[in-house]
Amino acid sequence: MKTRPLFTGLALAFLTSTAAHAGDVRIMWYSDGVEGEVMKDLVGRFMKENPGINVILDNVAYSVIKEQLPVQLEAGNGPDIARVTAIKELSKHWLDLRPLVKDAKYWDDNFGLQADWMRPDGANQISGFMTQITLTGGYANKTLFDQAGVPIPGPKATWEDWAAASKRVQESQQVPFAMAIDRSGHRITAPLLSYGANYIGSDGKPAPLDKGAKDYLTTFVGWAEDGTVSKDVWVSAAGSTYRAAADDFINGQLAFYYSGSWQVANLATKIGNNFDWVAVGSPCGPAACTGMPGGAALVAVKYTKNQKDVATVMDWFAQEKIVKEFSERTLFLPGHKALVDKGGLDFKSDNEQAKAALNVFVESTKTTSEAALKLPGWRWSDTVYAAIVTRIGQTLAGELKIDDAFTRIDADIAQKVKDAGQ
Amino acid sequence: MTTPSLASLLLGPINAVMRIIDAPLRRLQKATGIGGMATFFLAPNMLIFGIFVLLPLVINFVYSMTGGTAFFLSERDFVGGAQYSRLFECQNYLDPMSCQEDAFWTAVGNTFWFVLLQVSLMILTALITALILNRELAARSFWRAVFFFPVLLSPVVVGLIWKWILQRQGLLNFGLYQFGMDPYTWLTDRNWTFAATIGVSLWAHMGFYALIILAGLQAIPKDLYEAAEMDGTKPARVFWRITLPLLAPNLLVVVVLALIKSVQVFDEIYVLTGGGPGTSTLFLTQYIYETGFASALRNPGLAAAASILMGTVLVVLTLIQLGIGKRGENKGKR
Repeated sequence: MKTRPLFTGLALAFLTSTAAHAGDVRIMWYSDGVEGEVMKDLVGRFMKENPGINVILDNVAYSVIKEQLPVQLEAGNGPDIARVTAIKELSKHWLDLRPLVKDAKYWDDNFGLQADWMRPDGANQISGFMTQITLTGGYANKTLFDQAGVPIPGPKATWEDWAAASKRVQESQQVPFAMAIDRSGHRITAPLLSYGANYIGSDGKPAPLDKGAKDYLTTFVGWAEDGTVSKDVWVSAAGSTYRAAADDFINGQLAFYYSGSWQVANLATKIGNNFDWVAVGSPCGPAACTGMPGGAALVAVKYTKNQKDVATVMDWFAQEKIVKEFSERTLFLPGHKALVDKGGLDFKSDNEQAKAALNVFVESTKTTSEAALKLPGWRWSDTVYAAIVTRIGQTLAGELKIDDAFTRIDADIAQKVKDAGQ
Repeated sequence: MTTPSLASLLLGPINAVMRIIDAPLRRLQKATGIGGMATFFLAPNMLIFGIFVLLPLVINFVYSMTGGTAFFLSERDFVGGAQYSRLFECQNYLDPMSCQEDAFWTAVGNTFWFVLLQVSLMILTALITALILNRELAARSFWRAVFFFPVLLSPVVVGLIWKWILQRQGLLNFGLYQFGMDPYTWLTDRNWTFAATIGVSLWAHMGFYALIILAGLQAIPKDLYEAAEMDGTKPARVFWRITLPLLAPNLLVVVVLALIKSVQVFDEIYVLTGGGPGTSTLFLTQYIYETGFASALRNPGLAAAASILMGTVLVVLTLIQLGIGKRGENKGKR
């Protein structure tokens, strides 16, 4: 008899705690710039309109998304929704929203172009949508170029042209380095493709490094050795760890910085009026003048216990007006087809340089090569990127000769393919 | 009327509980004997140890015998000792580049040199610091706090502080520049970076070991020093003949702890150098972390095999040191 109240209390407590979580939707979010603040604001508005759903926004470092989220997902855990960049690699963990969203056709029409990037090969599922479409590209410190009396190379300038011009600026203005490229396989893939590299073999698996890839990597290592390219950022870590060189550019230490469109807000905020800068698109190689597309997607995780609420949240954030507001406030290029077709995005920035930079990136999408467009949806992209970054990093640190690095890159990729049971 | 004391208030419930369990415990002791009672009382602790230490160890070992990139054991293929073979596949162990898993052997080499240099310097500096702090100094408590303070910092904070000091546009270069000297890239020069990792590690942990040695120094009976002084023994002889032998048990603890900590070095170095330049500060724990969790297409089996090997080396080293310590004790008794 005496135990009955105890069990009743425990049961009530259990039911209450379950009820408290029924309307919770947890979003794991990372920020490159101001999008965390914008998202926080939008989440507040969503909850006002949908009082039954409590959205918890976990702002985390990008490394958490890159390193910890995959482990959580493999263990069948993780948030309900996440903002991720490894969208294809982790696609088996995404929830199929097709039967859950209000209007699947709206999703297909507006986010269909990138739908394959975030679903398993051959599937027709709706996993989420791109919060931003990115494109890699360069930035020049216009003030340094002007002070050095060196004209900024034109739209068809090659990587060699940029290296030569930046070197003259470096020598004239006594800055530590002429150029820098982020320590990232995705970033360095753009010039490799411009030099004619092809990563994808005829069987769909990674092909050995070809002449185009070797040519650019050899040139790149040569530039690092003669001080044209900053090797600091490339030797500042082991393995495939990501490092951006944005701070060097922001501090006026570089004439030319190769990164991507997602840096526009960051540069606009941090550089302010310190110097003039311009986005210049991607330099050309013998084969193309391409940047690398990519971006971050907001995806639903299939391990959620709250599918209905998750779909409601995704539907709300995928609305054209919300995507428009998000893009305008974050200065991101949207991945919403109708919105892009209509044009007329009013990017919320007083910074004319930022607005001009965004237009340059929109213009640069026209020169994106077919090879570059394939890579975001190819499952081995990250494997190839990681091998290149690891071994070229070692080469720049003086641990490997370039030819040995090529052999190692091919061997590393082959081993990973074998490890994956392919 | 007397008011009950706090002790009697607390003892009341304890005594009540003891009265309740007394009879069953007596029956248990009768049935199992004294040995059985020891087992009974140790069981909860052993259960916790088993669940949180032994079981993960066993699971880790099982992982090391599996292959593939999946995390769940049920989805992984049994590959026997293939992961170990892969780690040991090498033409020349002294040349990591001749090994299939060159990063592993680079990490082994880096860890070996780091342990050798860091532990030696750690013991030396901790001993010197403790000897100084044991003297009658002005503001002795303040100095003790100064040396102990870095121990309280999170490893990430330690890494970040030193990164801000040593990076190209960091405090150190700013200072050099103010004195008209050229700045230097401390964190991109292989040799300097390795030295920096040792220096930062010493700064961060030395206070802890100095404290252990200081406790040992204060436990040495003063009359031994007084007797030596009356005999006119030179300070160096006092140190070698009295201080050092009586500090031996503390030094052994310091060596064992410093060695284990040193082999496991990760967080502050990961923040400071990320394992670079190249792989010059890539240590075993980072290799295991990156192989198992951070690289594209993670390989938990290979990471597990590397961690089993690292654990084995640690156990062997600890046993050797404990053996040496025991031999020293026995020698002392004779």
